[in-house]
Amino acid sequence: MIYIYIGLVGALGAMLRYSIGILIMTEHVFPYATLLVNLIGSFLLAWLTYGLFKRIHLDEKLKTAITTGFVGSFTTFSAVSVETVELFQNQSMLLGCVYVFVSLVGGLGMCEVGFRVSRGVGEK
Amino acid sequence: MNWMYLLIVGVGGFFGAIMRYSISGKMNDPEKAVPMGTLLVNLTGAFLLGLLIGAGVDELLLLLLGTGFLGAFTTFSTLKLEMGVLWRKGNKREFFLYTGLTYVLGIALAFLGVVCGSYF
Repeated sequence: MIYIYIGLVGALGAMLRYSIGILIMTEHVFPYATLLVNLIGSFLLAWLTYGLFKRIHLDEKLKTAITTGFVGSFTTFSAVSVETVELFQNQSMLLGCVYVFVSLVGGLGMCEVGFRVSRGVGEK
Repeated sequence: MNWMYLLIVGVGGFFGAIMRYSISGKMNDPEKAVPMGTLLVNLTGAFLLGLLIGAGVDELLLLLLGTGFLGAFTTFSTLKLEMGVLWRKGNKREFFLYTGLTYVLGIALAFLGVVCGSYF
């Protein structure tokens, strides 16, 4: 029952994201918590998919549950979009643009680190 | 840390993750360079979260539907992995198309959601 696995570990991912948000809650308007979980998750997904899970023997369903379910739910895009709108509306265009830039380029960079750590990435 | 709040986020996350998995499984066609399933969940989720924020729903509902459900329904890590693979494969055109569609439409839809939500 892959759907149940995905749901259960997805719930864990969402709860961990929420807990980190509570733990590092600051007075600052910049959404550090979302940025942090998204950057960690971007590295983690690339490394698990092309590194660790290529090497270790684990049930495919469990691998999908961890990658798609846990890491997928741990990271979030809806918050990024809404936080950007809030920065635009309540703070400044500049801060909103900084957030988009760091999320866009930083997330891609962390994914690249995940690829490099994994080495033998299949494509090219 | 309030344990009931944590549990509420988990319940939302449970359903959000399952819905994302079933939608992206059906729509992410490996033949097509732009993963339509991930794009669809992220854009829909951005609009709906904007709607909740704009409507100013109360804290518990926001935790259940916003942080839990929509947080897990949308994903950032998969988006980055798909972008990274497109870039590495040399599909630069699709990379820019996918990145542009996700960010431009995502932020625009979140804004639209906030505006629509404020009428509730």
